[in-house]
Amino acid sequence: MSDMMDDMEGGEGVVKKFMFVNRKAPHGTVYALEGLEVVLISAAFDQDVSMVFTDDGVYELIKGMNTKGIEVKDFSKTYRALEGYDIEKLYVEKASMDARGLSEDDLIVDVTVLDSAEMASLMAEQDVVISF
Amino acid sequence: MLHIVNKSATERNSLESCLRMATKGSAVLLIEDAVYAATQGSEAAAKIQSAMADLQIYALGPDMEARGMAGRVLDGVKLVDYGGFVDLVTEHSTCQSWL
Repeated sequence: MSDMMDDMEGGEGVVKKFMFVNRKAPHGTVYALEGLEVVLISAAFDQDVSMVFTDDGVYELIKGMNTKGIEVKDFSKTYRALEGYDIEKLYVEKASMDARGLSEDDLIVDVTVLDSAEMASLMAEQDVVISF
Repeated sequence: MLHIVNKSATERNSLESCLRMATKGSAVLLIEDAVYAATQGSEAAAKIQSAMADLQIYALGPDMEARGMAGRVLDGVKLVDYGGFVDLVTEHSTCQSWL
């Protein structure tokens, strides 16, 4: 037990590759917000974290949201704070953007755009994949 | 008949089923994640555009704004606010929600 505590507190534990896959549009369901909160929590564990935005998940990163009219929290600005938590690996699938008429310029943060094959191999090399 | 759709057309087939069943002269109101369908470049844009020949297509403005899509609404789609939503409900004798 004490060894485990040492590992956790001393930061000498194993670093695993964690990928968080976001496939839902924001606001309509709670998945996007909950996923973002889990990512922020994961930052406390000093793991190798990647975030992927694919399918409707690319809508999470659209600039210029104004949620006043629907009276929910606008969490889109939180994506810009991820850098401060050392979460800098953000990946967007090109085909998902193309299918929605979106481009990198429409996004609120800097991302790496990958084609589907590149995304697939990135997924394949992870230790843990968590989907929202 | 007023048809109300609230699911993303790229995640569920609600909009597709709605457009298949909606008869000429009916109104379709897109709310929540369904509003993406009525934006330029979306996969459903062509379906919405051809549906406009027979149907009135509305989208809820506050849902467009919340999603950062207000500047990309397809021509011919009428934006309504919550008051307009209520008006649509009262103007039609029947509503169908495609959940």
